[in-house]
Amino acid sequence: MTIRDIDYSDTSRWSHHVDVDFYADLEHFAELFTADWAVADVNASRSAEGFLAAEARLIDEARFNDWIELFTDDCLYWVPITPGGGDPRREVSHAFDDRRRLTDRVFWLRTGLAFSQIPQSRTRRVISNVEVLDDPGTGLRLVRSNFIVHEFRAGVGKTYPGWYAHVLAPHGDGWRIRLKQANLLDSEHGHENLTLVF
Amino acid sequence: MVDVLSVVTDPLDPVSEGWAALVQEDRVHRSLYTEDRVFAEEMVKVFGQTWVYLAHESQLPEPNSFVTGKLGLRPIIITRDRKGTLHAVFNRCAHRAATVCREETGVAKSFQCPYHGWTFRNTGELVGAPWPGGYGDTFNKDELGLGKVTRVASYRGFIFGTLNESAPSLEDFLGQAKPWLDYWIDRAPKGEVIVRAGAHRMVYRGNWKLAYDNGGDGYHPSFSHRSLLEMASRLGDSKDMSYFGKTPDDGAMKIYSLGNGHSVIDQRPNFDGPGSIWANQRPQPGREHFEELIRARYPEDSDRLLDVSAGAQINLSIFPNLLIIGNQIQVIEPLSVDKTQLVWNATSIGGVPDEVNTMRMRTQEDFPAFGEPDDQANFEEVQRGLAVTEVEWILMNRGLNVDGWQTLDANGVVVSAVTDEIHMRSYFEEWLRLMEWTNR
Ligand code: FES
Ligand SMILES: [Fe+2]
Repeated sequence: MTIRDIDYSDTSRWSHHVDVDFYADLEHFAELFTADWAVADVNASRSAEGFLAAEARLIDEARFNDWIELFTDDCLYWVPITPGGGDPRREVSHAFDDRRRLTDRVFWLRTGLAFSQIPQSRTRRVISNVEVLDDPGTGLRLVRSNFIVHEFRAGVGKTYPGWYAHVLAPHGDGWRIRLKQANLLDSEHGHENLTLVF
Repeated sequence: MVDVLSVVTDPLDPVSEGWAALVQEDRVHRSLYTEDRVFAEEMVKVFGQTWVYLAHESQLPEPNSFVTGKLGLRPIIITRDRKGTLHAVFNRCAHRAATVCREETGVAKSFQCPYHGWTFRNTGELVGAPWPGGYGDTFNKDELGLGKVTRVASYRGFIFGTLNESAPSLEDFLGQAKPWLDYWIDRAPKGEVIVRAGAHRMVYRGNWKLAYDNGGDGYHPSFSHRSLLEMASRLGDSKDMSYFGKTPDDGAMKIYSLGNGHSVIDQRPNFDGPGSIWANQRPQPGREHFEELIRARYPEDSDRLLDVSAGAQINLSIFPNLLIIGNQIQVIEPLSVDKTQLVWNATSIGGVPDEVNTMRMRTQEDFPAFGEPDDQANFEEVQRGLAVTEVEWILMNRGLNVDGWQTLDANGVVVSAVTDEIHMRSYFEEWLRLMEWTNR
């Protein structure tokens, strides 16, 4: 079988779709997320808040198999090092997970062999300042929010403030995460054990 | 035999017996990892009396560029003057000690101290102090420049500095490490390595030497990195690093003790021929599309381009603070006796299609996420274990006096099985030499 005959549709296994356009989309999203938005209507806001709260609970309860199901096949879970994101084509990130690497991450967390997660991080996060922008052209919903993640692990409590950028794609009656970008306030500075999920 | 107990029971003077009692052929004393006083002396001697890695020239791309850093605990500024010559000055105002530069990087001909406005050239000389009428005739500008790291030298872009006038030349200090560094640099066309791609700054609660111990440790991967190896087999075939698990001492992979505290683990014998490093790299985002593109556009050159998109497959440790691992330039920054920052500088290279550097970014995110954190968790647990005062020694005796393990090659380099702890034994020899240095 040559490389061209492979069916790449299972993105937990293959990553053929992360190409020039994939990176260009990130650039486009970055422009939208740095703009000022009008206040969204109450239904859109409420539904976005509910989505973020439900996602947060899955992470905080370490239900990572359920969490990953919230993501689209062409998703990105992104924790940049350069504040705001920078250019991932030229810079490394704390996490730049397509569906395959995100599946790896969840698999890794669940091996029970990752010493950096023995004992496991307990987390609780507070999400606020939720803003919503619907893009009528693409049907995508952009959600911007602030977070504080509290972590307790191995006798030590830590706090990580920052802001999320979510790009949600319609899926049935609800939404799936196309992009989740967690921007840590001190992303480019020193951190101890960043193996928790943001 | 030294009365080691007295060493332990006198908390005011843990090193009263002298350093040599604490570094033996096969073991080192716990106090080297736990005592503030040891740490304080290391920061003066180990990080001062030998060549210490400071920065990479690509971080100083133009005349008058600067980047701030540290020499041990001393804040420094590494600069290029207007003609391009490299310098390193203490970031410590000659007046009342404030740092004069508070940016990480930039371009500046001079630095004005924010406290009372003294101004210094980027080569250190004092330009002037405000309202000089307030100083008497004895005020001599020539004596009041910024302190200098008196010797600064670059080897193919790697900038080192030392305060020791009688240290050998930088090239002699690198010695047998040089051909390995050359191999690593020459993976880039024309040797063009660029350090402007961000860095993972990973802090752990442990002594700085735990990171250096680990740099040449071929014993730990199949245990400390079990989670990574398990993850890598999720999709069936075994990948990068799984060879550490197969009785590595019988394999072709070796450790080379290079002298002056340097060593290297060569993983390349686990790979066969062009394209093999790429083929065995854990999968990065975009890998399939990228490979297709490179093979189609550069059919003659594709194996080489793919291989340089993955890691170099050597772990080169240059004492005391430089670890070249994969494609990263790792720098050990001691913060206190039990706290360390490890800076994983990501690198890109010149002379290749942009896509290669993008893939290098994705490759360089893998180990800081799924490998290094487990090691650092183990470093922290070592530091916790060291709180036991009654058990005093850290062993480094694996491979010592084992028949048939060590051989001397033509260059005087000792070659041994990859799990030999010769890396620790040889760098502690150098550590001891530096700690016994005295200027009295
Ligand atoms: S401390 Fe720098 S001018 Fe006074
Ligand atoms: Fe390791």
